[in-house]
Amino acid sequence: MADTPILLREQQYHRIKAVLARLRMDSSAKVVFLVDKDGQEIAAQGEVANLDTTSLASLAAGNVAATGGMAQLIGEKEFPTLSHEGEKESIHISVVGRLLLMVVFDDRSSLGLVKLRSKQVSHQLAAMFEEIAAEDYDDDSPFAGITDEDIDSLFS
Amino acid sequence: MTFINYASREINCKIVYYGPGLCGKTTNLQYIFDSTAPQARGKLISLATETDRTLFFDFMPLELGTVRGFKTRFHLYTVPGQVFYDASRKLILKGVDGVVFVADSQEERMDANIESLYNLEENLQSQGYDLMKIPYVLQLNKRDLNNIVPAEDLAAELQRKGEPVIEAVASTGQGVFDTLKAVAKQVLTELRKG
Repeated sequence: MADTPILLREQQYHRIKAVLARLRMDSSAKVVFLVDKDGQEIAAQGEVANLDTTSLASLAAGNVAATGGMAQLIGEKEFPTLSHEGEKESIHISVVGRLLLMVVFDDRSSLGLVKLRSKQVSHQLAAMFEEIAAEDYDDDSPFAGITDEDIDSLFS
Repeated sequence: MTFINYASREINCKIVYYGPGLCGKTTNLQYIFDSTAPQARGKLISLATETDRTLFFDFMPLELGTVRGFKTRFHLYTVPGQVFYDASRKLILKGVDGVVFVADSQEERMDANIESLYNLEENLQSQGYDLMKIPYVLQLNKRDLNNIVPAEDLAAELQRKGEPVIEAVASTGQGVFDTLKAVAKQVLTELRKG
């Protein structure tokens, strides 16, 4: 059986966006993302207009999954943070429960600042997401009344 | 894991193409990519070796249309088929909503199909899934070649639970969208159940 779907309501989405916006400002970052460990983008803040956020989310999840696999092979539970430093742009990813908090930054910021600010909001985001994950899907699914015709219409 | 975002009115599902090495998983994705309007799909990301063998995964987001006011987006992944990439295959199955098993119809690949299917069942289990319960489609690929096993024999050997069996030639696109449709339909039907 597949996992129960996660429902993200409008209000929760805006709360998450607000936390990300503050983190972006406090860490002087270009972009801040929240991604599910399975590679689904949950929310992003910042200069995303020319960024393929869907691909970035999927690759970040793959990256964390691969390094997590390596961690287990050497007897670690996981590597809770990952950093990739480029010539101009850098990425910092922290694992927050079943979420990945990804910060893209350049020389207007520093790895130390990004790490510090990311850590400060991690608990808040984890608590918010726990609340989201605990929601009862059955009560209020927009898909409960979905018909075969609805599904077929996607392929016509 | 299906992710429903009320703010952006989007629903995201994950489909994984599984199967033995060189069975045509990437070719399925490549055909979908080539024959879909650019506005309906994102980039096709291929993490491949220099000889174009899948190293980690291929990924492509595809938007199918709107259901009940929600945009339905499918994230299509392939796994690396070669036996020694098993650790990667396990990781890619995390959060899967539907699986397509791409079987290679050539006689000499029968053992590889069986081994890969067994590996799929095992890896799904290790992620907490049961092949018997998850949306699933069996695609018999490479039906255009000469040395192929009859479709009914292949199905008799590989079919697990009465799942849809679709004959395909992924390189020309035959059966590719029928396969996608069959698995997507099951995934959306699961959502109805909640």
